[in-house]
Amino acid sequence: MSDTPRNIGAFVRHDQIPESPPPASETGIVGWVRQNLFSNVFNSILTLLALYFIYNLMADFLPWFFGGVWRAESIRDCRDILDGARGGCFAVLSERWHQLIFGIAYPQEAYWRPLLAFVLLFVAAAPVLFSDLNRKLLGFTAIYPFLAFWLIWGGTILNPVFGFLGFVVAYIVFDRLSHISFAISAIGGVVGAIVTWFVGGMIAAAVPELLALEAVPSRDMGGFMLNMILGTVCVSLSVPIGILLALGRQSDMPIIKIICVVFIEFVRGVPLITLLFVANVVLAYFLPPGTNFDLILRVIIMITFFSAAYIAEVIRGGLAALPRGQYEAADSLGLDYPQAMRLIILPQALKISIPGIVNVAVGLFKDTTLVSIISMFDLVGVIRGPILASTEWNGVYWELWGFAALLFFVVCFGISQYSQWLERKLATDHR
Amino acid sequence: MAMTDQAPEMAVSDEVAIDIQNMNKWYGQFHVLRDIDLTVYRGERIVICGPSGSGKSTLIRCINALEEHQKGSIEVDGTILSSDIKNIDTIRSEVGMVFQHFNLFPHLTILENCTLAPIWVRKIPKKEAEETAMHFLTKVKIPDQANKYPGQLSGGQQQRVAIARSLCMRPRIMLFDEPTSALDPEMIKEVLDTMIELAEEGMTMLCVTHEMGFAQAVANRVIFMDAGQIVEQNEPKEFFNNPQSDRTKLFLSQILGH
Repeated sequence: MSDTPRNIGAFVRHDQIPESPPPASETGIVGWVRQNLFSNVFNSILTLLALYFIYNLMADFLPWFFGGVWRAESIRDCRDILDGARGGCFAVLSERWHQLIFGIAYPQEAYWRPLLAFVLLFVAAAPVLFSDLNRKLLGFTAIYPFLAFWLIWGGTILNPVFGFLGFVVAYIVFDRLSHISFAISAIGGVVGAIVTWFVGGMIAAAVPELLALEAVPSRDMGGFMLNMILGTVCVSLSVPIGILLALGRQSDMPIIKIICVVFIEFVRGVPLITLLFVANVVLAYFLPPGTNFDLILRVIIMITFFSAAYIAEVIRGGLAALPRGQYEAADSLGLDYPQAMRLIILPQALKISIPGIVNVAVGLFKDTTLVSIISMFDLVGVIRGPILASTEWNGVYWELWGFAALLFFVVCFGISQYSQWLERKLATDHR
Repeated sequence: MAMTDQAPEMAVSDEVAIDIQNMNKWYGQFHVLRDIDLTVYRGERIVICGPSGSGKSTLIRCINALEEHQKGSIEVDGTILSSDIKNIDTIRSEVGMVFQHFNLFPHLTILENCTLAPIWVRKIPKKEAEETAMHFLTKVKIPDQANKYPGQLSGGQQQRVAIARSLCMRPRIMLFDEPTSALDPEMIKEVLDTMIELAEEGMTMLCVTHEMGFAQAVANRVIFMDAGQIVEQNEPKEFFNNPQSDRTKLFLSQILGH
């Protein structure tokens, strides 16, 4: 072999090549259109077909939507006004607005109460959803469930006050006894809460008029309000219960593990609608005769159990995705089990589980419409029953179901957008 | 690296830091550790080497109960390791551990990684914990990264943070489980330098590593393990220059002969 460097092409660079902008054909609207819509003959044909399809859809939809009638007494009235022209009969929405939102029986003069509760919901949810906000707002979040209950159901303010005090007493007793053992302090806390509720219940029954709002029974709740109540309560209860079930399923203690596995597998293996029928009918047989166990409460328990089982499985996936090293690092630093879970494992596992949890939450929110099957008048129940069955509005399908779909879409899309924002915010791993 | 041919004279006291007696461990039917007897004195720097699967990592993971042993006894700092959780947590807070894959907490900043255990386990006020953390981060030469997340750091930097995180608990013993095995060659030196500095300060160290240069520089004892047993142990000079068992000779020729 020759030892001249000619064949290797030895080379040394001494100066840096300066950065330059990409060629013009890669940027701008024209570049984008060319690249994405008309890159070759086949794509161009597809683009034109799609445009034709969209045009046809819009040519149908836009006149129907903008030519719609918003003020009329009945569907016949609508047709008279339209006089053969194309247009939707949106008058049903304005005429039955209150029924769609609050149900058929909620007292008119009390509509401001659920509305106020709805507005306050955002204030209460804000510090939970956005961790940058002042942590003191969490105090309001703690009070909110009781305040919302008082606003929506009415009655004396003593009921929610003692409801809240029961939790406070439980916490204080638990805290005082916690140096003895976990089991004793937990039992003490439960006993403290029950005693407070019992005493409070007697006091509230004695002075039912103290700061009382007009009481509204559960059977009078309805419309989209009922979906919102069920959705909010069940989502906020099922996430913590799901976390506990997921941790319980991983537990070293066989009894806890078996209870969690059986619960999760049983609830997941049964359709929600059967659970709701159980809540509606069968549960009454198991309760002592004469006990009045609120139907909404029964439904909330069933839906919560159902989605908690799903969320538990989602979180189990998140827990399994964490490297063993995270558990070991937490252990090797001397953190005990609750600390390791709360500070190291769950923050990461929950972050991984966000898409799955949101999936369950969105599904749960839409599943609240199933209560219409057990003759509760939620949004779907109100549309199917009192509105479509009435002589005035029989036959107005597109407008009503479109409206229901829109309401659910707005809420579900909002949840989905929030979750994506949260995922971006929590992305600290820089992968 | 401050490498010398001879191990520097560093103080080794008569006080026993770790006492392992007749310890055995099984994974199912597999007998991973067999009749391990090892006494570590305070201030000792012990390097454990051996082929993969020889049980060396398992051995040091038994010391802070990341692995459970089934027979024999382990005594750390006068506390006998039992299945009692309180007992285990006491030992773990006295024994620092550095892992092959760093195991930093990716959702916390570097500073939070270092202050978490002191705040929650030692109940040290946050401000004081942060001062301690900055002290040790300065010591491992990355105080300027304190507010970044682990994912933004290089492997070598992450491992130095992991060392600082352990030191923030003020441990009396440090365990290193192949601390440089997952690092690029360029970054091994910075981690080893940190460990050498630590050794010079008199920290009791048990280190599973393949860095024979490190063993020669700072160890006062090298242990060779194979098939779950301690095959040979000696001071580094003798160990490398005059290995006794055939298994050790073969191992040394394989790792030094390239």
